[in-house]
Amino acid sequence: MSEKKPVNFQWAINHGIAEEMRRDPNVFIVGEDVGKPGGPFGVTRGIIKEFGPERAVDTPISEGAIVGLCCGAAAAGLRPVAEIMFMNFITLAVEEFYNQASKMHWMFGGQVKVPMVVRAMTAGGFGAGPHHSSSLEGWFASMPGLKVVMPSNPVNAKGLMKAAIRDDNPVLYVEPLASYKLKMEMPEGDYITPIGKAEVVKEGSDVSIVSIGRMRLESEKAVAKLTEEGINAELIDLLTVNPLDMETIYESVKKTNRLVIIHEAKKVMGVGAEVAAAVQEEVFDWLDAPVARVAAPFTHIAFQPQLEKHYLPDAEKLVAKVKELVG
Amino acid sequence: MKLNKDLKIDLYKRMVRIRTFEDNTTTIFAGGEMPGFLHLSQGEEAVAVGTCANLELEDAIFTTHRGHGCIIAKGADLKPMMAELFGRIDGCCKGRAGSMHFADVKTGCMGSNGVVGEGMRLAIGTAFAQKYKKTKNVTAVYFGEGATGTGAFHESFNMAATLNLPVIFVCSINLYAQMTHKSVHIAIENVADRAPSYGAPGVTIDGNDVELVYEEAVKAVKHTRAGKGPYLIECKTYRHHGHFEGDPCNYRPEGELEEWLKKDPVVLYEKKLKKEGVLDDKQIKALKDAAQKEVDEAVELARKSPQPEVEELYRGIFA
Repeated sequence: MSEKKPVNFQWAINHGIAEEMRRDPNVFIVGEDVGKPGGPFGVTRGIIKEFGPERAVDTPISEGAIVGLCCGAAAAGLRPVAEIMFMNFITLAVEEFYNQASKMHWMFGGQVKVPMVVRAMTAGGFGAGPHHSSSLEGWFASMPGLKVVMPSNPVNAKGLMKAAIRDDNPVLYVEPLASYKLKMEMPEGDYITPIGKAEVVKEGSDVSIVSIGRMRLESEKAVAKLTEEGINAELIDLLTVNPLDMETIYESVKKTNRLVIIHEAKKVMGVGAEVAAAVQEEVFDWLDAPVARVAAPFTHIAFQPQLEKHYLPDAEKLVAKVKELVG
Repeated sequence: MKLNKDLKIDLYKRMVRIRTFEDNTTTIFAGGEMPGFLHLSQGEEAVAVGTCANLELEDAIFTTHRGHGCIIAKGADLKPMMAELFGRIDGCCKGRAGSMHFADVKTGCMGSNGVVGEGMRLAIGTAFAQKYKKTKNVTAVYFGEGATGTGAFHESFNMAATLNLPVIFVCSINLYAQMTHKSVHIAIENVADRAPSYGAPGVTIDGNDVELVYEEAVKAVKHTRAGKGPYLIECKTYRHHGHFEGDPCNYRPEGELEEWLKKDPVVLYEKKLKKEGVLDDKQIKALKDAAQKEVDEAVELARKSPQPEVEELYRGIFA
């Protein structure tokens, strides 16, 4: 069915989940406020009405048990889609991701598959403060057996959600609160955005910019500004942080000879560190400048607006960094 | 409840099978042939057998790091199980899991766990699936008194109750959580007292009396299969060996083990069945010999099975 009217990020996720629930009776949603209230930010609105409370399950506030329930249910043949709200709360379920979900398939010699999706939100830019604003994808990207996707706009948000639900592995789906109202015209019909494949958003020749999650929007602004100044940047949206699509990045670096990575998470131990290290290991000879990173500093995110603005990477900081490399 | 003769023999046989498997494992491990850590459950066989004898193949169980007893009671084949303990490719987890992370999914053994309490969070998941698919199956999850101090116990019991899930919580009170006495872990006498606070029934029983455990498990299985939500059985028992093989057990008061050995569930039941005329010495010997033969065959196969190639480390990380 064609969706002519532009759809926002929230509804794109909602449509992705609902379409998969229509297609596969083993798919259900579970978590705090996901059923009757329709999600803390309305992402699962209407699901309980169409599919009933058996497939839209409200739970107590028990993050570990929610993710544990998903592991057990997935091992028993269902396809849970859980919500953990703000990504900070996922710290209460790291055990279930690290010791259980990511290991079960391998550890049991392939006896079970664990097809589950857990949604969590990064919320930088809202003044939500130290307990509601963190970007922890780097922790999870370091877990073999767990896929981690970070959509950046409504089209890939829907496509990645559908791919995640169909995937036979546990998938952490990280969505940016700051982009919820972003609207786009959607492709017609059933489609997925493949997991593990980066998107070359714009081709260029002078520098490669690799963005993660919400930073694609900042990067698009930066690319426009750089174009005005005569710098032709290539923009790659990573979309998946495990497994990393390094081939796309290597090809780009071979063409532009310069690389900047931008993400909302901290620079120290962030995904950008892994990308930079892999690039110097594999395509060192093609580099004309050190690999640069634009990311959060090694401190805590503040609720205070001026401090938060200083903390978060943005288009302006990216433009400045690119000019250092190219200039 | 009157248990028939065949059932009594079945309960005894299952206990002997577990005891034989684990006693042999003790010797083999001490000889240095088995890698990793080993946590054994001699003394707790009645808990495993009394509960699992009530479960169907399709019912699920989750076990602790001390899980051999429940896994054997549930019906796992000893051959791939022993090969797994040896870390060999014919192990049911291809030698990747060992004793502590063992699973045999086709018999409903959904996983032992190296993290105390964690089986409970997974158990609500299989129970959710059993209910979602409208089966009459149930999930039993095993844990000790130490696990009742984890958030996993509270979260899982509460969620099993709020979502009305078919979970049987089986708590083995074996007096020590790791190396520390029960009194350090809980301030109340009976864990079962906690069940009503979640809105579920809970009973405390002598965990060394296999028939008593069986009878209580009948009630628990009936309750959970009927869709009435979770149920807790607390079994008072004792761990004959240390926390792990090689543990010097210097924390146990003198004479404590000897007192409990007098209440050894396998010995007690053997005496009872002899007294009742269900089994005689000859039949008992035959059952023990059969168990030993089965274990010997499993050990032989495990020793012949190859070590996994290093490529196995990289195979099947993703499904």
